[in-house]
Amino acid sequence: MLDQEGLYMRAAFFRAIRLFFQEQGFLEVDTPIRQPLVLPEQNIVPIPSGTHFLQSSPELYMKRLLAAGCNRIFQVSRCFRQGERGRLHLEEFVMLEWYRLDADYNDLMTDCEDLFDFLTTEMLDCIFPVHLGLGWERLTVKEAFDNYCPISATEALTKGNFDQLLVEQVEPRLGQITPTFLCDYPLQLASLARPKIEQPEVAERFELYVSGIELANGFSELTDAEMQRKRFEEEYTKMDDERGRQGKMPERFLEDLGQIDQAAGIAMGLDRLFMLLLGKEQLAEAVPFAPDELDS
Amino acid sequence: MYSASDLRKGLKVLIDGAPYVITDFEFSKPGKGQSLYRCKLRNMITGNQLVQTYRSNDKFEKPALEERKMQYLYNQGDEYHFMDTENFDQIFITKEQMGDNVNFLQDNMELDVLLFEDRPIDVTLPIFVNLLVTVAEPWAKGDTSGTDTKPITVETGYVLNVPPFVVEGDKIQIDTRTGAYVTRVKE
Repeated sequence: MLDQEGLYMRAAFFRAIRLFFQEQGFLEVDTPIRQPLVLPEQNIVPIPSGTHFLQSSPELYMKRLLAAGCNRIFQVSRCFRQGERGRLHLEEFVMLEWYRLDADYNDLMTDCEDLFDFLTTEMLDCIFPVHLGLGWERLTVKEAFDNYCPISATEALTKGNFDQLLVEQVEPRLGQITPTFLCDYPLQLASLARPKIEQPEVAERFELYVSGIELANGFSELTDAEMQRKRFEEEYTKMDDERGRQGKMPERFLEDLGQIDQAAGIAMGLDRLFMLLLGKEQLAEAVPFAPDELDS
Repeated sequence: MYSASDLRKGLKVLIDGAPYVITDFEFSKPGKGQSLYRCKLRNMITGNQLVQTYRSNDKFEKPALEERKMQYLYNQGDEYHFMDTENFDQIFITKEQMGDNVNFLQDNMELDVLLFEDRPIDVTLPIFVNLLVTVAEPWAKGDTSGTDTKPITVETGYVLNVPPFVVEGDKIQIDTRTGAYVTRVKE
């Protein structure tokens, strides 16, 4: 549970985030939190809410707003993911997402650098755990596995222990001196991202790490509606539940996606970022009420 | 049956036929990746440590563990005999299994015995026990430091350090978790 000072800091933090995007010409938007259909992702389990689901991310409707002509939008919203509970996970958490039309993942990385810079000037009480002024480290997934793991990323994918090696061997090494952008994920790990033109076996997707903690996931959007439909079909075949069996397609989303030429979007976990700014070790210490402090 | 999402610190699970307790637990999930349940576990019989990462579809049996109130009767060599206070069944536990607990056992003492598949594997003593001091050297006169301690022996043969004012025939309270002196008690 946050004390009075923590509550003031959290409010100042949200204010600074909004100020940054407003100054950059982004439009703040709000989209439905209860959704009849959430985009299929094998490893994200949505929480039902009556006939709907609580959003696991505002991604679907923010992209539809891009198709409707918005060119720079951001949103701070609550997201929900079933069964994610731990030192760095809450089933209910606050996500910042922003999207840019006519941009790619490199533009988003620049946004991250500018945002953190802005936060340190707005929130003088907070100390970033790593250097921000230096050029931030950029490492491809392939390089990271070659540097830190006994086997390559490709081998790890075949053997099925990619995630485990990433968590146990790679992540603890990332974002230790400057923040790290871990870039260019294997295509099968980036359902909604665009393949890299000069290297089509990887996707233009990156994750931002600070002190070994994953803070954000961004990518150049896949805007080819037919390819996206195939990706969704593949995701559904990997699910062995009712959603997978029904395999409902977000038709309006796919239709709108075809209207977008090029775009990039990113999701950042604000509770985690705020936790780092407070110098805390677990999310439960950075939110007004931790799950075990609720009435039941 | 437990599934991976039930795993947490303190939970007891059956692995390869042995009961384990989770001593350390961390949930991890790389972005867009699968949930990983990283555990440190201790074998409740051998004490061996195990580090293991589980996934969402892993399942675990509950170990057949049961805690029963028992009374200490006597020891015969390395066998320590106990009686179930409800059904009067008698069992024994070896000295090795008893570990440091033998230092604090008194006749008729009631304690909790943990059984795995009806075999005793651990005992939990009361946190505080009162034991009679059987050997204590008198404190040398003239030493006024007041901060020193001296070794004494209690009725179970256990040796520990106590303040200098404790004498033979005193009863003292000991914390069974640490084996340390707590206070002198009047009876």
